[in-house]
Amino acid sequence: MDSFRDKIVPVTSILLGVVVVWYVMAVVLNAPFQRDLDRRANLTPGIVEFIGKTLAQPKPTLPAPHQVAVNFFENTFLRSITSNRSLVYNAWVTLSSTLLGFAFGTALGIVIAVGIVHVTTLDRSMMPWIIASQTIPILAVAPMIIVVLAAVGITGLIPKALISTYLSFFPVAVGMVKGLRSPELTHLDLMHTYNASPSQTFWKLRVPASVPFLFTSMKVAVAASLVGAIVGELPTGAVAGIGAKLLAGAYYSQTIDIWSALVAGSVVAALLVMLVGIAGRLVDRAMGGRPA
Amino acid sequence: MTGASPAVVSASKLGLTFQTNDGPVQALSNVDLTIGKGEFVSFIGPSGCGKTTLLRVIADLEKPTSGAISVNGMTPEQARQRRAYGYVFQAAALYPWRTIERNVALPLEIMGLSRAEQAARIKRTLDLVNLSGFEKKYPWQLSGGMQQRASIARALAFDADLLLMDEPFGALDEIVRDHLNEQLLELWERTNKTICFVTHSIPEAVYLSTRIIVMSPRPGRVSDVIESTLPKKRPLDIRETPEFLAIAARVRDGLRAGHSYDD
Repeated sequence: MDSFRDKIVPVTSILLGVVVVWYVMAVVLNAPFQRDLDRRANLTPGIVEFIGKTLAQPKPTLPAPHQVAVNFFENTFLRSITSNRSLVYNAWVTLSSTLLGFAFGTALGIVIAVGIVHVTTLDRSMMPWIIASQTIPILAVAPMIIVVLAAVGITGLIPKALISTYLSFFPVAVGMVKGLRSPELTHLDLMHTYNASPSQTFWKLRVPASVPFLFTSMKVAVAASLVGAIVGELPTGAVAGIGAKLLAGAYYSQTIDIWSALVAGSVVAALLVMLVGIAGRLVDRAMGGRPA
Repeated sequence: MTGASPAVVSASKLGLTFQTNDGPVQALSNVDLTIGKGEFVSFIGPSGCGKTTLLRVIADLEKPTSGAISVNGMTPEQARQRRAYGYVFQAAALYPWRTIERNVALPLEIMGLSRAEQAARIKRTLDLVNLSGFEKKYPWQLSGGMQQRASIARALAFDADLLLMDEPFGALDEIVRDHLNEQLLELWERTNKTICFVTHSIPEAVYLSTRIIVMSPRPGRVSDVIESTLPKKRPLDIRETPEFLAIAARVRDGLRAGHSYDD
């Protein structure tokens, strides 16, 4: 029950605070438009009625939490999951390219890290380029990737996934370089006394030592992958996906839709990070990790 | 080789100078040394006297910069490639993701032994260090003394005739240390290995060794060599006998002569 007191209570308190601030801001931000409406309709509502109206606009500047919650609930649970209004359907579209991009990115990151750790030339030449790659604004690169790939006939999932790859390989590469270099000197000396070959040292020492680093960096990478997938949907006129929902909501001023798509995206991100965390803990346990 | 005890380690005019940012540091200078088969040789001296460096040179973990050294009649590198020695570090250096038996199996896997042969050797060496029953435990589940015993088992597993031990009990408390000293002597007697043992404890050196090499710092060199007159069978309370105390006094004199007690 300690976890209840230590984690749930503080987190819930913050959440409550956020909701309160959100409601206050919703009233404040929606009030001018509501006053305008009321004046034109020659209405003079009481304060309570006025506040109620600011929280029930169809296209509010800032939707109230309950409006987002209702919209999210309807579009998640009450729609057929094949409908393109279903958040589950849209989340799945984004998720599939996220996962593909994440898999590519993790593999690429590991390959780059192995190269950097084992080839001195790569160590000197690659790292600056890898860091430089992440300073380029992805929002600018994404449309070009989509356009160029479309020109060579690659459309659909792959281009979006590649944008996820672009964002997710970086944390994995950096984390794995650190992980593969993490063995202590005595652990390496030990291998030397056994006259172990470089590949034996790699598989029996460097790889197992890097596993905790891999999972830590994969948590960052999977969240970055989701961002990549959503960004990839924005410039492509994608018809489905969280990014497409955000864009459509912005076109038609469906602010409640935007916010509930945002919530859907956050839920997916939280689930992904949690899953990677759980996988990491299971692997750690299987490798004899001390229970925390 | 001829003679009763062919040299396992033989060094002459051995020197090693490290290049550091503060200029060259002479870690070893003019070390002459012969260690015969079956000997238990301790290297004792204050920190910086080069005792660990000397052990690392024997193990081919450091290269000497002058003089000559041979291990089993070969260069240290050749000896290492033939897995001539087991090395025990000051820290147990067990791989935390491997169980005790998999840690002991590590050198055997690297040498490409069959599964059955591995299992037999793991059983035998864990028996030897009294760790039977802990095969499936992970290192963190064992006490410091047990971890160090596991690392000794790992060094014994591939049956090298030479055991190099670098302050293996330095991090343990005195009670555990006494116990492990006793066990190590027993193990040495049973296996007839040659042991090179680095320590900074005078009682430990005297209790264990057939020969004590006293070293002194700046530059690291051998300042005295003391043959032990103690019998091979040594109960723990031999440490209160006048003979033991006399040897200990000689070691202390050797250290003093090498200015090891100077500031």
